[in-house]
Amino acid sequence: MPADFISNLYVFILAGFVGFELIKRVSPLLHTPLMSLTNALDAIVVVAAIIIAGRHETPLTTALGAIAVAASFSNMVGGFLITDRMLRMFKTGRAKK
Amino acid sequence: MTNSFALQQYLDFAYIVAVVLFILSLKWLSSPRTARWGVIGGEIGAALAVGATLYNPELVQYKWIVICLIIGAGVGIPLGMVKMTAVPQRTALSHAFGAASAAMIGIAEYYVNTAQLTRFEMGEIALEVIIGSLTFTGSLIAAGKLQEILPQRPIVYRGQNIVSLSILAAALVLAIALVANPAQAALFPAMVGIALIFGIMLVTPIGGADMPTVISLLNSYAGFSAALLGFVLNSKVLVVAGALDGSSGFILSVIMCKAMNRSFTNVMFGAFGQVQAGGAKEKEDRVVRSATAEEAASILEAASRVVVVPGYGMAVAQAQHKVRELYDTLTKRGVDVQFAIHPVAGRMPGHMNVLLAEADVPYDHLKEMDEINGDFPQVDVALIIGANDVTNPAAKTDKSSPIYGMPVLDVEKSHTVMVIKRSMNPGFAGIDNPLYYMDNTLMLFGDAKAFVSNIVKELGAVKEVGASH
Repeated sequence: MPADFISNLYVFILAGFVGFELIKRVSPLLHTPLMSLTNALDAIVVVAAIIIAGRHETPLTTALGAIAVAASFSNMVGGFLITDRMLRMFKTGRAKK
Repeated sequence: MTNSFALQQYLDFAYIVAVVLFILSLKWLSSPRTARWGVIGGEIGAALAVGATLYNPELVQYKWIVICLIIGAGVGIPLGMVKMTAVPQRTALSHAFGAASAAMIGIAEYYVNTAQLTRFEMGEIALEVIIGSLTFTGSLIAAGKLQEILPQRPIVYRGQNIVSLSILAAALVLAIALVANPAQAALFPAMVGIALIFGIMLVTPIGGADMPTVISLLNSYAGFSAALLGFVLNSKVLVVAGALDGSSGFILSVIMCKAMNRSFTNVMFGAFGQVQAGGAKEKEDRVVRSATAEEAASILEAASRVVVVPGYGMAVAQAQHKVRELYDTLTKRGVDVQFAIHPVAGRMPGHMNVLLAEADVPYDHLKEMDEINGDFPQVDVALIIGANDVTNPAAKTDKSSPIYGMPVLDVEKSHTVMVIKRSMNPGFAGIDNPLYYMDNTLMLFGDAKAFVSNIVKELGAVKEVGASH
C-alpha cells in the first residue's frame, strides 16, 4: 500500500472519531442545522474542483471541474446561509421578551 | 523553486487552520447558545481554504473558476433562503450537489491520469466515483419525493431487490475490470452510468415516512465520497471534512433507525408501508368520539398542562404559526404548554424543531421524547397535530403491528388526548392506530391549520365572555 494512503487513513480514522464524539453531543434540537452545516463544510471539495478547473488540461476535465466548482460553491454559500438563518430562530422564552 | 516551496507551505498551513476551524465549528454547534459561532468558524475556515487554493501555482487559467464561483453563489443564495418547510428537499438537493462535485472531480482525475494510474489508485477512484454517482441520483430522487414532484409512496415491483443488487454488482464488476487494467477507458463511463442508475433504483422504492433515515444515509454517503476523494487527491482537508460529514450522517442514520426500531437494510430494502393489510379489518364497530373546536377550546382552557405533539401533517398544513398562536393564547392564561418531539417526526432529523423555532416557539419548550415520555400521566391534554405512527400505542402492545417495537410517545396516558386529523383514513402507511378508539381520545376532524385557528378564535371568545362577567 502506498505511504500516502496510510497517512490519509490515519487522518480519516482520527477525524472520524473526533466527528463521532462531537456530533454525539449536538442536541437533537439542532439536528437540521447540523446537517446543513456539515453539508457546507463538506463543500470544501470546491478546493479540488478549483484546481481541476484551473489546471486547464483537457476541455472535458476543465468542464467537469468548472461544474463541480459551481455545484460545491453553491452548497458552501447556501449551507452556511441557511444554517445561520435557522440558528437565529432558536430563542429561549426569556430571550424573546 | 524555493519560492514556490515556501508558498506551498503557506497553503498547507491555511488548510490546517481551516481544518481546526471546521472541528471547532462542530464543537460550537453542540449548544444553541454557541451554535452561531459554529457558522462563523466554518465560514472563516472555508474562506481561508478557498482563498489559499486560488494562490495554488498549478492554476493557469482563472476564467472558469471565477465564472463558476459566481454561478455557485447565484444558485447557493436562493437555496439558502428557502422557507423552513422546504428545508428537507433543499438538504437532499445539496447532498446531490456535493456528491456530484465529488464524482465529477474523480472522473476528471481518471481522464487526466489514465495512462499512469496504479491499480491501487484506480480502485480508489472507482469506489469514489461509484459512491458519488449513486448518491447524486439517489439524492435527486429523494429531493423529488420531498418536493412532491415524484410520488411519496414507495414504488415497488416483484424482484426489485434482485434487480437493484444486480445493477450494483454490475458496477462493481466493471470497477474490478478497471482495477485489473486501468487503461480500458471504455469501461469507465459505463461504470459511472450504472452507478447513476443504481442510485435511482435505491431510493425510488422508499416511502416518505422513511425519509429521515434516507436523507441521513445520503448525507453520510456524500461525506464519505468527499473523504475518498481526499484519498484520491492526497488532500487531508478533504479527508477531514468528508470524515466529519460522513460520521455526522452516519450517527443521524443510526438515531433515526433506532427511533423507528428498524435496521439499515430494512429501510433500504423493506419498502415500508406495503406490507400491512391485515391490521385494519376489525375497525368497523369501534366507536370514535369527535369534538368541535368550541369543545376542544373549553377543555384546553380548563387544563393546567398541555403537551402538543406535532408531526409531518403540521408541516403539510403549514399550521406551525397558528400552533404558536395557540401556544401564546394558552400560555397567557397560565396553561403550561410544551411540545413533544419524536426523533422521526417530519421528513428529516430535527425538522419539527426548526419549524416551531421559525414560528417563534421558544426552544426550551421543545422536549425530546425521552425527556417528556414519563410526564404524560400528569398531562391534562395531549394535542396531536399531524402526527400518527409516533403516537401509536400498538407499537408497544400489538406484536402483529408493522411498527411493533418502535419507541413511541406515551400520549394515551394523559387525561385527554385530542387528535387533529383530516379523516379516519389511515394514510399511505396504512397502519391502524388504536389510540383513536380509546375512551379518553377526542378526534378533531379537519385541516390542521383551520382547526387550530378555530380553537384560538374560540379561546378568544371565551376570554371576552369571561371579561364581561
